[in-house]
Amino acid sequence: MTITLTHFLIISAVLFSLGIYAVLTRRNAIMVLMGVELILNSANINFLAFSRFGGMNIEGQMAAVFVIILAAAEAAIALAIVLNIYKRFNTVNVDEISLLKD
Amino acid sequence: MNMYEIIFYFFAFITVASASVVVFSRNIIYAAFSLLFTFFGVAGIYVLLNADFLAITQLLIYVGGILVLLLFGVMLTTNTVNIDIKSGSMNVLAAASVVAALAGLLGGVFWTSDWFVSKQMGELPAQTTSKEIGTALITTHVLPFEIASVILLVAIVGAAMMARREGIKSQIPSSK
Repeated sequence: MTITLTHFLIISAVLFSLGIYAVLTRRNAIMVLMGVELILNSANINFLAFSRFGGMNIEGQMAAVFVIILAAAEAAIALAIVLNIYKRFNTVNVDEISLLKD
Repeated sequence: MNMYEIIFYFFAFITVASASVVVFSRNIIYAAFSLLFTFFGVAGIYVLLNADFLAITQLLIYVGGILVLLLFGVMLTTNTVNIDIKSGSMNVLAAASVVAALAGLLGGVFWTSDWFVSKQMGELPAQTTSKEIGTALITTHVLPFEIASVILLVAIVGAAMMARREGIKSQIPSSK
């Protein structure tokens, strides 16, 4: 039994599910961000696995490069927003920040 | 079991185990530090997929940049004096059922599909990909490359503006 495409896909499915679970259940906004990073990593594994086993080695890697670039930009912006929320509400729990609902 | 399989299962175990710690740990500091091992494991999987440049980039950007940024966010937003550093969970039952359904769907699709696998897959030479990626960035992918540079510039300026503006406002009343 050798390592096939399915092995890598299962790893990325597990990472994706864990990331979705973190995004859905965590109250702390920074933990939600960590879940988003897990999801982006699982997407990257899929890009690389399909480009490796599909015989086009470089195209999927280019997509993964741009995913990493956007992940860096997203982390910077999201943390600036989280810091502003903390200054305004004195908490980063996503279920307590419900000003638009009131 | 050859060397490739052993290394694959090693990195897969590291990735999945530390990702579970990230998701299920009550302590946000433990979660942030085990995210480090998740990124390391994913970088190892990238190497197994012939993506050496991506693996190094993963270590540089995720471990050196994003993780440090997240740790700064943890330090600046949690009151270490209070018990607030424990981060609770909500909607556990509903989220668990949704995630179980999603994982079952994804796993079923991944497991049962008859994926196209290239015949020349096994004879790809073990060469570095940085030269190919560099060539592609200035020939076929030059437009997304330029757009990405503009996006990074906008993100830097926007993050600096957002993080500073409130501080200037709060300084003005205190100086009166």
